[in-house]
Amino acid sequence: MKNIHIVILGLAVTAAGCAGVTQDEQATHAKAVAIMKASFKEHGQAKLDRLEQDEVQKACSRYHGDTPVPKDVAAKLEQAQMAAIKYPADGKYMGDWKGGERIAQTGVGMQYTDDPKAPTGGNCYACHQLSKTELSYGTIGPSLYNFGKLRGFTPEMQKYAYGKVYNSEAFSACSNMPRFGAQGILTEKQIQDVVALLMDPESPVNK
Amino acid sequence: MRDQSASEGRLIKIRRRDLNRSRPAVLGIAVAIAAFGALAQKPDDHLSKSTTVQEIEKYRAALGDGNPAELWEARGEDLWKQKRGPRNASLERCDLGLGAGVVKGAYTVLPKYFADSDKVEDLESRLVTCMVNLQGLTPEEAKKDPFGGPGKKVPMDALVAYITSESRGMKMNVAATHPKEKEAYELGREIFFFRGGPHDFGCVTCHGSDNLRIRLQDLPNLTKTADAQRAYGSWPAYRVSQGEVRSFQWRLNDCFRQQRFPELEFVSPASIALTMFLAKNANDGVFDAPSIKR
Repeated sequence: MKNIHIVILGLAVTAAGCAGVTQDEQATHAKAVAIMKASFKEHGQAKLDRLEQDEVQKACSRYHGDTPVPKDVAAKLEQAQMAAIKYPADGKYMGDWKGGERIAQTGVGMQYTDDPKAPTGGNCYACHQLSKTELSYGTIGPSLYNFGKLRGFTPEMQKYAYGKVYNSEAFSACSNMPRFGAQGILTEKQIQDVVALLMDPESPVNK
Repeated sequence: MRDQSASEGRLIKIRRRDLNRSRPAVLGIAVAIAAFGALAQKPDDHLSKSTTVQEIEKYRAALGDGNPAELWEARGEDLWKQKRGPRNASLERCDLGLGAGVVKGAYTVLPKYFADSDKVEDLESRLVTCMVNLQGLTPEEAKKDPFGGPGKKVPMDALVAYITSESRGMKMNVAATHPKEKEAYELGREIFFFRGGPHDFGCVTCHGSDNLRIRLQDLPNLTKTADAQRAYGSWPAYRVSQGEVRSFQWRLNDCFRQQRFPELEFVSPASIALTMFLAKNANDGVFDAPSIKR
């Protein structure tokens, strides 16, 4: 009798363990999602579908602080996200760094108080240091000062920078950085301008 | 200067003659001084505090001397005592968590489960409940226009300013023992870590690590006790840049707007669950609001 109980308990624990989430955790998460859907209302361009999590968001909501992303989960996510990167058809990764600086300084776009017709910014300075002269920069992400100068002004590095801005999750699963290309926040041209800001030897970032 | 409409014994100290005119000028001068002073500096790394940040901190410290929130506190005390609504009743019998009519210290025990509404409520939710039950307003009327704006005075932020001021200097003491309170805490935690919207943001993105700042605004790590105590204990606040007293419900609403989420509804279940998570994390911290912020 006892042995059967132990076996059943063992199977149940294994089943939950295989999914990586206990039943309690699943129930709490499901209830949290339910009350969120009942607590938000659509406003302007921000519709309720913004609460639907994709695979990245679902997974990354579970890994934070002292619980980092497990290596196997990270590898799978990064692989899938890498496949989602669309590089420019003409193979041109760099645009105009002056446009890139404007995009880096602009924090508006996609909030329900924003005009959907106005250009969206990347708000890079919210999280990163970039040029030497802009002192009002954040520290949520690493400093990008001298980005190209430190890494070399090569086509490979331009391509890396493009991919990173397009989809940071492809390189660092559960990154805090938005997926500017994959989520349709910035256009191809805008990302090319940001790459120029990072990689053009004439850009203030590399001075 | 004694404000005639204030309750007996409450003295309004207005240090600045014309708040609206002088405020942008003071801010502009402070920022100019900071920028000019810092131009000669080399780009600093994350470990050292730049002159710019230090100058802004000095500006914030100087602001603490004479808080316009006192005007909201006085108006809130009047509204607490004023007979309103179809029942022509005041809010003075409202139970804010320490019994009917007890205002002193009430904010330190919120959010809390209330039997009369059978739910966990924060301060603003409780005010809505009392406006409905005591004063006879409909829930829609009570929840209408919760946040003040240019040329728009609303009762809610004044009431919040008054009631929170009566907890100033006291330690946060959220029990979270009732099953619904415990559940609210767990749900609030899930929501805190929920990543979504086009930018994949969650509260955790900005508030889940130590020593971060967004542009030059320091970000408290709300998963750590010391930061949570300091941050939660500083709301509501007179927001200089907006000329309004902003409550914790406002703070949550505005965070989600900037996270590119849809709009968080006033006193919604998610807003109360999040408040429970953050308030309990701030337990034993000294509540020091209404404060003054940029």
